[in-house]
Amino acid sequence: MRKLCLLLCLLTVLTLLTGCHGARRMEDFAMPESFDTSREYEITFWAKNDTNKNQTAIYEKAIRDFEALYPNVRVNLRLYTDYGKIYNDVITNIATNTTPNICITYPDHIATYMTGDNVVLPLDELFSDPNYGLGGSSLLFDGPTEEEIVPEYLQECRIGEHCYALPFMRSTEALYVNETYLNKLGYELPEIVTWDFIWEAADAAAKKDADGVYALNGQKVMIPFIYKSTDNMMIQMLRQLDAPYSDENGSILLFTDRTKGLLQTIAQHVKNGAFSTFKISSYPANLLNAGQCLFAVDSTAGATWMGTDAPLSDISPDKLVRFETAVRPIPQFDPAHPKMISQGPSICLFNKRDGQEVLASWLFVQYLLTNDVQTAYAETEGYVPVTQKARDDASYQAYLNYDGPEDAAHYSVKLKASKLLIEHTSDTFVTPVFNGSTSLRDASGQLIENTVKSVRRGETVDDAYFAKLYDSVTALYRLGQGNTAAAGKADLGPLPGTAKALLGGLLGVWVLIGVYVLFDRVKRRNR
Amino acid sequence: MDSEMKRVLALALALACAFTLVACGEKKDEDAKSEGVMTYAEYAAAALDSEVVIEAYVQAKQSWWNDQATLYTQDKDGAYFLYNAACSQADYDKLTPGTKIKATGFKSEWSGEIEITDATIEIESGSYTAPALDATKLLGTDDLIKHQNEFVTFKGLTVEAMDDTGAAFYYNWDSSGQEGTDADLYFRVTDGTDSYTFVDEYYLCNEESDVYEAIRNLNVGDTVDIEGFLYWYEGPQPHVTSVTVK
Repeated sequence: MRKLCLLLCLLTVLTLLTGCHGARRMEDFAMPESFDTSREYEITFWAKNDTNKNQTAIYEKAIRDFEALYPNVRVNLRLYTDYGKIYNDVITNIATNTTPNICITYPDHIATYMTGDNVVLPLDELFSDPNYGLGGSSLLFDGPTEEEIVPEYLQECRIGEHCYALPFMRSTEALYVNETYLNKLGYELPEIVTWDFIWEAADAAAKKDADGVYALNGQKVMIPFIYKSTDNMMIQMLRQLDAPYSDENGSILLFTDRTKGLLQTIAQHVKNGAFSTFKISSYPANLLNAGQCLFAVDSTAGATWMGTDAPLSDISPDKLVRFETAVRPIPQFDPAHPKMISQGPSICLFNKRDGQEVLASWLFVQYLLTNDVQTAYAETEGYVPVTQKARDDASYQAYLNYDGPEDAAHYSVKLKASKLLIEHTSDTFVTPVFNGSTSLRDASGQLIENTVKSVRRGETVDDAYFAKLYDSVTALYRLGQGNTAAAGKADLGPLPGTAKALLGGLLGVWVLIGVYVLFDRVKRRNR
Repeated sequence: MDSEMKRVLALALALACAFTLVACGEKKDEDAKSEGVMTYAEYAAAALDSEVVIEAYVQAKQSWWNDQATLYTQDKDGAYFLYNAACSQADYDKLTPGTKIKATGFKSEWSGEIEITDATIEIESGSYTAPALDATKLLGTDDLIKHQNEFVTFKGLTVEAMDDTGAAFYYNWDSSGQEGTDADLYFRVTDGTDSYTFVDEYYLCNEESDVYEAIRNLNVGDTVDIEGFLYWYEGPQPHVTSVTVK
C-alpha cells in the first residue's frame, strides 16, 4: 500500500511539473503607489514610421523632451517601416520574454500577442489611477484625460472586457482623383463617389488605339483605377453592403456569394483594363503622378505622395504630369450613409516583472498623446490626432485652416485628407478583433489579388474558379484552424469526458492518499 | 618496329580517335535549353502576364520567407528576377551561386521591373556564374534596360552628397531608418553627367556583409567601382553587392 501511494504521489508531482513546463505566465501588474525617481530605467520602444524622416524626427524629439522631464528614464527607439515586421519580432520575443516595453501596433496583432499569458498589459487600471493615470495629478506633463481621447478610437483598442492599447494616430483611406482627366472624359466629380461611377469612368479611361496608346493620356500605360490595400477594399465593400465578413466570436463569414458577386464585378473591370492593384502593378502615387491613373485609393497617411506637387513623389521629375488632385472619401454603395475603415497605429504596453519599469513605460505612452507630439506627428501626413484636446489645439486648427502659399508643411492634398477624416470620424468602422483576424484580413485581400491576376492571365473566372479560390485561400491562411476568439475568456462548453475522467482520477488519488495517512496514524496509535 | 606492330598501333590510334570523336559528339551542351523551355530571346519577347518557362543559374539569393524565395538568376544571354518563387527551406539551402534551376511562372512588371512571379522551381544539374558586365558606358542610354537584372559593374563613379548635410548615404531612401533596423542603404553616384541612386538591399547584403560596411564608410567625392544586379524601380536602381573605393 505504501509503495502504491508513493508511486501515485510521484506521478502526481510529475504531472504538476509537466504542467508547469513551458508556462511563461507573467505576474499580474500591480500599480506602484509612486514612481521611484531614485532609480534609473531603460525602456524600449518599437515604433513604425512610413519611411518618412519627419516622423523619425518627431519620435526622437518626443524622447528627448520626455527624458528631460524624467531624467531617470532612458527610452531606446527601434524603428520599423512595416507593421508586419514589428508583429513578427514581437511574436518571436514573446517566447523568450524579451518583448519591448512599448510598441506601435494594430489591435488585430494584439489579439495574437495575447495568446502569450499575461504578456500584454490591460490598461484599465492604469487609465484610472489618480496620480499616474490619464490626466493624473502626478504627471509632469499635460496629458489627455480619458474623456479627451476620441471615443471611437479608444473603443477600437478594447478587446473583450479590457482596453489593451491606446490609439496613437488615425487615418482612413481616401480616393485621390486626377480631376483634370476626369473632366476631360466629360465627368464632374461628385462629393461622394459611388462604385458605379468609378467603374464607368474607369472603363471610359481604358480606351486605347490600335497601337496601344490611351486616348486619355497619350501614353502606353494607363491603369484607370488602382487600389493600394485590397484587404481594405474587400472589407469596406462588404461593410457598405452590410454583408458578412466576421463576427465578435471569431466566426469567418467572408466566403459567401456576396463576396463572389463583388469579385465578379472586379473581374469584369480588370478584363476591361480598368483596374489593378499595388501588389500587381505599382504604387498608386507613382501611376497617379505620372498621369497613368485616374483614381487611386490609398491611405490618407500617404497623402504627401499624391499629386503633381507631392513633397514625397517617388518618380523622376521628367515623368511628372501636371493635373488637379481632388480628395474624396472612398467609393460608396450608399452615398447617403458613407462607411470607411478606421486605421492607424495604436500603442500597447508589455508586462514586465518590475512594476516601476512598467510605470516608466506607461508615462512615456501617455507623453505620446500630449498635444505637441500628436499635432506634430499628424502634420507629417494625412493623419489626425486621436485626442479632442489636440484637435482643438489652436495651432492645429491654424494648420488645418491654413490658406497661405502652399509649401511642403501645408501641402493642400494632405490638408484635404486630414479634413476628410475629421469630417467623417463617425462614419469610420473597424472589424472585430480576435486571434486570427489578421489572417482573415489578409485572406480578404488575397481573394481580390488572385482574381485580378487570373483575369490578366487569361484564366477562366467562373463559379468553379471561385469555389477553388475559396478553398485555396482558406487553406493558405489556415482559416478556421484554431483561430478562436481571443476576446478574453471564450465559453469553451462542457468539459470532455476524458478530461472529467482524468480530474476524477486525480481526485481519487488524493482521497486514497488521505485514507492511507489516516489509516497509518490510527494503526500507530493502536500500537 | 615491324610492320605487324605498326598496324596494331595504327589501329589502336584510329580506335582512340574514333572514341574521342564519338565522345565529343555526345557531349551534352549545358547551355542548350530543355524541351519546352524558352530561350532568353523568347522570354524577352513574351507578353506580360503570360506563362514562361526558363532555365537559368542562380547568381544570388535575396530572401526566403514563408516558403517563398526571391532570386537573381541569369543564363549566358540575359537575366531573370524571380520574385517570391515557391521554394521550401530545404531547396533554398541547396541553392548557391551557379546552381541551375528551371522556373515556371508568369512574366510580370512591377514599377518597371520585369520579373517572374508565382513561379515554381526545380533544381537541375549544371553550373554557371556570370561575369560582371561593364555597363558604365550604358548609363544614361536606352540600351541599359536591355541588361535589366544582369550582374553588372560600373567603374570610376563619384559619390555625391545625399543632401545639404553632406551625408554620403541614407538608411532608407529618405534617411528615415537607422542603424540596426534592417534598413536598406541608399547612395548617389555620378558619372560626371547624371546622378544615379544605388541601393544596398538589406535582404541581399545585410550589415554583416562587406558591401554594407563599405557603403557606411563612403565619403562624398570618393571614386568607386560598383558591382551589383541591375534592378529597376521607376528607372535603374542597381542592388549592389560590392563597392570598392579607389
